[in-house]
Formats: sequence, structure tokens, C-alpha cells
Amino acid sequence: MITTSGLTKVYRSRGREVTALDGVDLHVREGEVYGVIGQSGAGKSSLIRCVNLLERPSSGTVTVAGQDLTALAGRGPRAGKELRAARSRIGMVFQHFNLLSSRTVQDNVELPLEILGLSGKERSRKALDLLDLVGLADKAKAYPAQLSGGQKQRVGIARALAGEPKVLLSDEATSALDPETTRSILQLLRDLNRQLGLTVLLITHEMDVVKTVCDSAALMERGRIVESGTVSELLATPGSQLAAALFPLSGAASGDHRTVVDVTFHGEAATQPVISQLSRTYNIDISILGAAMDTVAGKQVGRMRIELPGRFEENVVPIGFLREQGLQVDVAEHDDAAGHDGEDVPAPRDSALALAKEGAK
Amino acid sequence: MTWSEMQPLLEQACWDTLYMVGWSALIAVAAGLPLGLLLVLTDRGGLLQNVVVNKVIGQVVNIGRSMPFIILMVALMGFTRSVVGTTIGRDAAIVPLAISAIPFFARLVETAVREVDHGLVEAVQSMGGNTWTVVRKVLVPESLPSLISSATTTVVALIGYSAITGTVGAGGLGDLAVRYGYQRFETELMWITVGILAVVISIIQFAGDYAARRLHRRGGQAGAAPRLKLLRSGTPKAAADGATAEGATTGGATAPAAAESGPEPVKVP
Repeated sequence: MITTSGLTKVYRSRGREVTALDGVDLHVREGEVYGVIGQSGAGKSSLIRCVNLLERPSSGTVTVAGQDLTALAGRGPRAGKELRAARSRIGMVFQHFNLLSSRTVQDNVELPLEILGLSGKERSRKALDLLDLVGLADKAKAYPAQLSGGQKQRVGIARALAGEPKVLLSDEATSALDPETTRSILQLLRDLNRQLGLTVLLITHEMDVVKTVCDSAALMERGRIVESGTVSELLATPGSQLAAALFPLSGAASGDHRTVVDVTFHGEAATQPVISQLSRTYNIDISILGAAMDTVAGKQVGRMRIELPGRFEENVVPIGFLREQGLQVDVAEHDDAAGHDGEDVPAPRDSALALAKEGAK
Repeated sequence: MTWSEMQPLLEQACWDTLYMVGWSALIAVAAGLPLGLLLVLTDRGGLLQNVVVNKVIGQVVNIGRSMPFIILMVALMGFTRSVVGTTIGRDAAIVPLAISAIPFFARLVETAVREVDHGLVEAVQSMGGNTWTVVRKVLVPESLPSLISSATTTVVALIGYSAITGTVGAGGLGDLAVRYGYQRFETELMWITVGILAVVISIIQFAGDYAARRLHRRGGQAGAAPRLKLLRSGTPKAAADGATAEGATTGGATAPAAAESGPEPVKVP
């Protein structure tokens, strides 16, 4: 539904060049919720603004619903008629809602319809329908200043849907909201995705958002997409930064001659009592250093960091047992590699963990 | 000078002032609004970015603003004659008044329009709106309270300028005060004129403020909010309450951070 290829955006100001996007290839399938996650400055905002060409990419192409938008853009900085028509079929929600304070809620939702040139009667009928859909039918005559953050974002979503788009872009739509409101807005996006078959591309810095609504996700760092795929694929990928960030595990080995193992449960294996089986079968004591269980994309998934006594070489058999049970097993570090002074988090995970912490703030 | 002598003079002067200021303000708003919008739109990063046009308009506005009104009026005499056919009288005064007020109002418009959140512009663009839509649906309506305040300021400034138009025989309250009150030592008449001017200006300022505040409150209830805040901080007890509440929130924020670090290993038998 949305495809970008080789998307590059370079900002030039006073002779300095900043590369915000560095060859981004993104593919969002029809009807899925796709999350792009990254820290501030990773290029997420530039990416989403390039999708509807609010920002002109320096090079590369953007295709939305089979239409090459970069070809419509023309050379000048102003958007031509065709590009504007294409934009009206792409909804967009913003972090700070961007509602017009001088208009009532209903008039705000009518704004895109005015641009589309609908008659007054049709506009108000449609606007009221949309407000009903987002659960704000009773606030039609209120002004945005009288609404709470969550209600404002609902108006923003209703407005974005006014042009009956197939694609919805969400620019940090929940970042200015409290956790509870965030959940209700995400639920609304999920419902709209299911009911209307809406394809949603969202950018966020909160791992929880990805966990709650996304079918697929991509991790951005310094203008590049470092990892991408469906959430279950990512979880099944050994050493995946996103999977590690979705389920951050911490905990250091408690002494020498121990083996730290990260186990990922998904699908059938999540319901099996594997740890106690392992303990009984091999008669070993197992310490749990950290664990996280959650529902991701509607499936029960978990990760656990356990510690087995003895060096890695002595634990080959129990680890093999875990693998046999259909679990994904990552040995966090070999006993003889690196020191044991609490630094057992492998280097590549650092950024993902930092991300998870930022999300927790 | 008796009141019966003064009355017709004052009446005529009032009408002359209103006539000149009314027309010139109308022209200034009509021309200054697009000019001010252009100043914003053609600026670097604007929707119609055009550095050359921006620089030219900016310079013209600066020159217009820096000209003392009396010099502008004399300098424009040729132009005035070609527009209204004469260089003296009320109608002739409207031309220099309007021309001096256009750049003045344009700068005020520029400041007001710049205050509009760029996110709103982006939102309308994302709906497929063009530049004209952005101007009509966002820039003007969202800055309307400020624009009304700017227009009020312009009208008040024009009333001041209109006193000088007496030099070209345009009449008006200011002219009355100078010719009768100052030059003929009719001190009483002078003070009456000044009083009338003060009342007129107060009424205009009040009306302008009222309209701007009403629009603003409709849009944001922002008119009421700051006042409430002032009241609250005025009482020391409320301020202290606020401080403790703030302390509690920061305390609350640190607690989960502490809980997050260092999970203890759990033994499984």
C-alpha cells in the first residue's frame, strides 16, 4: 500500500548538510498497522512527512495505493493539483492535534470536506457521522479548547478520516497523551483498521505503541531502517534489537561459571511448563534473572533470561533441550568472553534498551 | 467664544475626522492585510518562498514607515492630485493617510500571522489544501483576534495623523485644536477638542479590545484562563498547595524509576 524506495532527505542550511533519511526502503502492506520506532532525531518525522510529500524527498520514490507521488510532485516547491488530490486521500494525525482553535469540533471535521468541495448539508451529515464513529457526537458544538487531549486526538482522527482515505499516517499521535488515553486512542486506531480496512503507518518512540497495535514494525536509527518485519517474525529473529526492546531483559550473571540464556516463548511453547521440565530432567537449579510476558499482535509472547550453573560447554545439552521444545534460545554470552562485572548486556542491544527506557518515561 | 459658536465647529470637525479616518483605515486594512500576508508567505520557509519579493516588500514597508507623515503628505501631493483631482480638503487627506497606514498595518499583520502554529498549516496541506486555502481557512481566521487588535492600533494612529492633515485644509478635530485653540488662544475650545479626541479613542480601543477578546475566548477561553491563574497565585495558601502538589508529582515520577532498576534473581526449586 505504501512503498518507499531509496528515500533520501538531506536538509541544507547555512552550508551545513544534515542527512535525515538515508536510503529508506519501506513496504507497508494493505490493511496492516505498521509502526516505525526510533529515538528523537532518527528521521521518523521526516519519513512520515515524505510519505505525503509535506517534505520533498531529496531522492527516491514514494508510492501510495499504486500512485507514484514523487512523480506528481513536479519541480517547484508548491504542490500541484494532482498531488493535492492524492494527499486528500491520505489521512494524517498529528502529535499536537493541529485543530483550528477558531472552529468548533464539527467545523474542524468539515474542513477537509470544504477543501474537497462538498455541499454544506453533506458536510455536516458526514462530520456528525465521523464524530459518532470516534465517540464524540455530543461534542460537535464545542471548541477544541474545551476538550481533553484524548478528545482532541479523536477529533483529529475524525478529521483525518473525512476524505475517506485508504491510508492513515500517524505522527506520534499518542506522544502527548497519558498512558490510559494512549491505550484508548490506540484501541480506536485498531478498530478503524479492522472496520474500515484502513492501512495505518505510525511513527512513535514508545515501544508500548508497537506492542499494542502494530502488525509490523521497523526500527530506525540515524536515517536508516535497521530492522523491519512483522512482529512475530522479529520475535523469531535471533539477536533482534526490536524484539529485545519489546521485551527488555536485564539481570547479570550472579557469579563465575554460569551461563546466561535468553529464552523467547511464542506460539505453542508459551503454554508449556518448560523451565520446570528442564529443571527436573537434568536436575539443575535455574535462576530467573528477568522475564516479560505480554500479548503482542494478539498472541501470547514472552521472554525470559535464565541462568544455568556451569560454563556454556557444560550446558550444551540443557540448551539443546530448550531448543527441542520449540523455544528460541539466545546464549547471552559465553562464560569465557568478557568480564562478569554486571556488563552482560551485549553491545548491540544498548541502543534498543535505551529506546525501551525512553519509552518508559 | 460661546458654546453656540463652538458647537457647529466641533460637529463639523468630528465628521471630518471620522470621514478621513474611516476611509483611510478601510483602505489601509484592505491593502495592508494582503501585504502583511505576503511578507509572511514569501519569507524563507514560507509557502510562497521568494526571497527577492520578500526583500522588496520589506524595504518598501520600511521606507513607508520611516517617513514622517507631514513629509509623506507633501511628497505625495502629485499622486494625490492624480487620484482625487485636488491636493486640499478632506478627500485629498485620505490618500496620504491611507498610504502611511498601509505599511504600518502590514507590519502588524505580519507579526500576528507569524504567531499561527505551523502545524495547522501542515494539517491543511495534508488534507490537500492549496496556499489560498491555507490563507483563507487558517492564517486569517486563526489570527483574527490579533488582526482586530492591529486594526484598532492602526485606527488610533490614524486619528493622531489626521491632526496634521489640517495643513492641507482637511479639517478635523486635531486641526480645530491647532487653529482655534492654539493659534487663536481659545484654550477652552482646545481642551474640549482634546477631550472629544480622548473619548473617541477610548471608545475605539474599547470596541476593538472587546471584539478581539470575544473571538479569542470563543476559540480558546484563553481570555479567562490567565486571569484565573493570577487570582490563584495571588493567595499564598493556594500557591503553597500548588508547590506541594508539584513536589508530590516529582516524587511519584521518581518512584517507578527506582523500582525499574535491578530485579532480584528468583530461585526456582
